[in-house]
Amino acid sequence: MGAVFLNIPWGIVLILLPLAAAMACFLWPAVAKSVGLVTVSVVALSVVGLVWQVIESGVYRHAVGGWGAPLGIDLYADGLSLLMLAITALVGLAVSVYSTAYFEQPLSARFWPLWLFLLAALNALFLSADIFNLYVTLELMGLAAVALTALSGGRDALSGAMRYLLAALLGSLAYLFGVALLYHGFGSVDIAILAQRVEAIPVTWAALGLMSAGLVLKTALFPFHFWLPPAHASAPAPVSAALSALVVKGSFYILLRLWLKIFGPLGVDGVEGLLGLLGAAAVLWGSLQALRQTRLKLLIAYSTVAQIGYLFLAFSLAMGGGVMAWGAAAYLALSHALAKAAMFLVAGNLLRFGGHDRISDLDRVVQRLPLTMAAFALAGVSIMGLPPSGGFIGKWLLLESALVQGRWDLVAVMIFGGLLAAGYVFKVLGYAFTQAAAPHEAKAVPASMEWAALSLAATAILLGFLASLLLSLVGIGNPFGAGEVTP
Amino acid sequence: MNAAFLYALVGVGLFFLGLYALIVHTHLLRKILALNVMGSGVFLVLVALAKRTGNATPDPVPHAMVITGIVVAVSATALALTLMVRVAAETGRAELPDEERE
Repeated sequence: MGAVFLNIPWGIVLILLPLAAAMACFLWPAVAKSVGLVTVSVVALSVVGLVWQVIESGVYRHAVGGWGAPLGIDLYADGLSLLMLAITALVGLAVSVYSTAYFEQPLSARFWPLWLFLLAALNALFLSADIFNLYVTLELMGLAAVALTALSGGRDALSGAMRYLLAALLGSLAYLFGVALLYHGFGSVDIAILAQRVEAIPVTWAALGLMSAGLVLKTALFPFHFWLPPAHASAPAPVSAALSALVVKGSFYILLRLWLKIFGPLGVDGVEGLLGLLGAAAVLWGSLQALRQTRLKLLIAYSTVAQIGYLFLAFSLAMGGGVMAWGAAAYLALSHALAKAAMFLVAGNLLRFGGHDRISDLDRVVQRLPLTMAAFALAGVSIMGLPPSGGFIGKWLLLESALVQGRWDLVAVMIFGGLLAAGYVFKVLGYAFTQAAAPHEAKAVPASMEWAALSLAATAILLGFLASLLLSLVGIGNPFGAGEVTP
Repeated sequence: MNAAFLYALVGVGLFFLGLYALIVHTHLLRKILALNVMGSGVFLVLVALAKRTGNATPDPVPHAMVITGIVVAVSATALALTLMVRVAAETGRAELPDEERE
């Protein structure tokens, strides 16, 4: 049994299954819901299988169709890919359970195919070993995400989606230009081969600039975040959860991979400092904007802008030589994904409950939806970085590496950002306890929607207790080893 | 300076021309066209640089990339045009609102 389990090519299942299921959902909308639920469950099991496989026999590499690099397409999974796949599976499960109750026909029939396409694209992205394949998955992810954003079809959703699409396409074209230059310079698109061949010549610098700019735009780092709040705030709640938790992490993951293997070892000065500076600005600007918002979904969306800033702070510190900061980046990405998805699901519950998401009119919602508000509070603990939560571990590792490198300016930004986060989380909680001026009709919220949000938030807290286990898992295949090329 | 290099330079020019148009124009159709011009620029660079080997037969890998890229560009343009039509139907103008805040 164990041997059979170990011999299944889980990586292939992770990509092909959601892809096939997406088309099945499109063709037979009547069974879309059940097909979707079964698919995400099997995908989650496959991630477990893949993790087991990698623990047993080391880094996973699969030559699709038996061709192999440099000509064929390779799938590759080390600790970092496994971490991202696991986040995707976890958030994917919760979002899917939530969506079965959230969407009614005819929206439900449109949601499932696009959502499964998005899952397939994300899984493929985290398993890709070459930069051109990454481009294709990036576009697949972007198109599915934009279509999901526009799903509800309102005026805000449509223009938000349009802005998102233009930004996403611009980002991927810049990235593709970089791919073209790297291929021209070094004759390969395989990341491992490029890592061996790359030299510090002008073509490399041009590719570095184009690819980084494109990916930074797609990750919505300040000041390129202009497209994120309208898109994430106007999408349906489960879609916002997936966008904030997973899609922005997709492009960040590519940026990490490129810098770790290709650009980082060349010893570029200044760029990581600039990205760190932008990250610090994002933390402050995003948090301040979040504090100013009167609508809950916009507040959560600006909080995402701020939390992306933390990821880039970690990136900058890690490039400066702090291995600890890589653990921080991984932990921050993981706990932000869970906590932010939980928050958007909470916002969806409140919208369903009161028909609006105006923060000042929450009207004692804490008594009427206790599970939902508990989820928001728990997710808030992780976003603020209070112990014991995944967010705390991430920010603690980040603070420690900033202190080791003597970056007091960044320490100040992190602490101030945490205070601002506490401000916007408590702003929401405060109104949830008080009576609104104009009480309104309330609609029942299905239990599955409440529990989906709560279980994500609880997992974000639980991460605080699993630090050593998870950090050793991420270390498989030494994805962060400076200058070292894994086979 | 050979012909392939000249084509690549034209490709770079198209990319930046498209980028300029994407930024300055407000009409969505022009923005979508600008993105397509940028895409063509990148494809031209890829095709031109495929002759880098100097042999009679160019490197086929970039050609395969361009074909994949064209498929992606067609789907992206289709989605963008559909969205544009819906935005125009909802707001009466094929433009993005300047102020996102309410």
